[in-house]
Amino acid sequence: MASIEPSAEPILKLRGVSKQFGAVSALTDIELDIHAGEVVALVGDNGAGKSTLVKVLAGVHQPTAGTIEFMGKPVDLDSPGKALEMGIATVFQDLALCENLDVVANLFLGHELNPLALDEVQMEVRAWTLLRELAARIPSVREPIASLSGGQRQTVAIARSLLLDPKIIMLDEPTAALGVAQTAEVLNLIERVRERGHGVVLISHNMEDVRAVADRIVVLRLGRNNGVFTAETSNAELVAAITGATENAVSRRRARKEEQMEPQA
Amino acid sequence: MSEQNPPTALDRSDSRVRHDEGIAGALRAFIDRIRSGDLGMLPVAVGLILISVVFASLNPVFLAPNNLVNLLFDAAAVGCISLGIVCVLILGEIDLSVGSMSGLASALIGVLWANMGLPVLVAIVAAIAAGALMGMVYAMLLNRFGMPSFVSTLSGLLALLGMQLYILGPTGSINLSYNSALVKFGQILIMPHWLSYLLALLPGAVMIVLGLGTMRRRAEANLSSPGLSVLIAKAALLTVALLIAVFYLNRGRGVPYMFGLFVALVVGMNYLLTRTKWGRSMFAVGGNREAARRAGINVGRIRMTAFMFCSSLAALGGVLASARLATSSQQAGTGDVNLNAIAAAVIGGTSLFGGRGSAWSALLGILVIQAISNGLTLLNLSSSLRYMITGAVLAIAVIVDSLARQSRASHGRG
Repeated sequence: MASIEPSAEPILKLRGVSKQFGAVSALTDIELDIHAGEVVALVGDNGAGKSTLVKVLAGVHQPTAGTIEFMGKPVDLDSPGKALEMGIATVFQDLALCENLDVVANLFLGHELNPLALDEVQMEVRAWTLLRELAARIPSVREPIASLSGGQRQTVAIARSLLLDPKIIMLDEPTAALGVAQTAEVLNLIERVRERGHGVVLISHNMEDVRAVADRIVVLRLGRNNGVFTAETSNAELVAAITGATENAVSRRRARKEEQMEPQA
Repeated sequence: MSEQNPPTALDRSDSRVRHDEGIAGALRAFIDRIRSGDLGMLPVAVGLILISVVFASLNPVFLAPNNLVNLLFDAAAVGCISLGIVCVLILGEIDLSVGSMSGLASALIGVLWANMGLPVLVAIVAAIAAGALMGMVYAMLLNRFGMPSFVSTLSGLLALLGMQLYILGPTGSINLSYNSALVKFGQILIMPHWLSYLLALLPGAVMIVLGLGTMRRRAEANLSSPGLSVLIAKAALLTVALLIAVFYLNRGRGVPYMFGLFVALVVGMNYLLTRTKWGRSMFAVGGNREAARRAGINVGRIRMTAFMFCSSLAALGGVLASARLATSSQQAGTGDVNLNAIAAAVIGGTSLFGGRGSAWSALLGILVIQAISNGLTLLNLSSSLRYMITGAVLAIAVIVDSLARQSRASHGRG
């Protein structure tokens, strides 16, 4: 609708997205909106389809059914290159780094400055600046990735996603391997990206992190939408939605209602 | 993470990094690299010295200037093929049909030029185009059907050999005119002395100029540099070595133009591999294909270019071989050509496992292989023994590669 102001229009809109791997339905009828300047947390148990959804949005997997709209236009994310070009950057759970290349080469992979005569100096400066922003503790950017620890690699992967100034950043378990300071920096970073008016999709098992930055919490369960919550939602309710122990949630809810009634009685 | 000293270089602010400066620092870094399994050119240097000592003691002719000139003439053809092999090895693929491809190219030269009377340049372009086409076929088989390259190129080996025999027809071999420019290029054309000395000075000079430019730009960007002394020492060492080599060769016939062409191709390929986006993508695909794909690299296109380079260079190698031998025969490209080309790349330090290698490995590796072959010929050993020894050398090179790889893994150097 034309009357709605642009910020109300989601950057990314998924309708009825399904993904099947043979007989297994990894995703069924997923609906998801991501607006500019909001952090959407994607939570769910192992095997809930979070990573599959991220891979669909990153162009790694193609959905079996459903439509994806980016900036109001239906798009076909048939390759990772296309998703990157459109402005969807992803930090994958397995990081997808080339261990034989150094940090600078990995950061700029596929988007090197000056393709016919690589500008190594400029790339190295840019690499240090980005890593500083993330408070990364990487001793040298000219060592192959193979010599870095898990946390350092994760920082490199996150830095890489920021390089192209994307419209949406998807982070699949970004803080899993990070130290205390780095985790805080990543959360700061997510907030900074949001302030710049970009959308963030955050996948995490750490409810504390999710609650700290998320505007909305989208729960997936067994490949289906299982409710949308806010940071104010209680832990118990979230856990219930994630685990699918609906009876538990309902009973707990009733119990709480009764508690509220009793003082009045 | 307090930044107490503003002059600290951007890449030197972490206190855990040892700051290797000056010549001593460069040496220490070099020893560290070797220890962790990043052998680089070391096996080649050791191999060449060992070979020279052994063969020279068995037959002093081995080190005679004119024998070395012959060695360089011989090295150019298989060296070209090996340069193509480096491309596919970096991707972690292989091309086993390069020998047959070179044989077919040499047959094409004979048929198109000597028999049908087409201009020699047309014949050469046709041969190289045939190579490019074949590379495209291999890449398509890999991209579309996921056919492993060792199978597709193994069938290509037989198919191309059949094609070579078919177009040569019942005569089996076509002689090329000794008076033609192509055969002269392959057999007698030698650089004038002044040109060879000039070319020997060039790499050192280029190194200094580029090195100074890089140092200045790094200093402007507040990055550290290994220092002027290292740069000058490296350039001086290289220049002196090249001057001695050229001086020694000039005491015989001199430096062959054909070898010059091969070195120029190596330098060009080295630029493509190390200084362009294409080269970076090659190493990325070889190191982690899925990661490269997710970074937006078109893996299929990278494979296509690599296989096309490989087969085209194999075809060019075949052209050079026919020029060297002044004949297009059924034997061209058969026997140990395939194995020599692959062995040269691996001995030179290009890994069979992908993601690691350099254009220089083709140059250095082929010198080792050709030195062995030349030395054995001088000893009047039969080809049966030569095959066995070359086979053993390849096996040793692959063992060194595997061990170095394990060592790199345990030292965290990918």
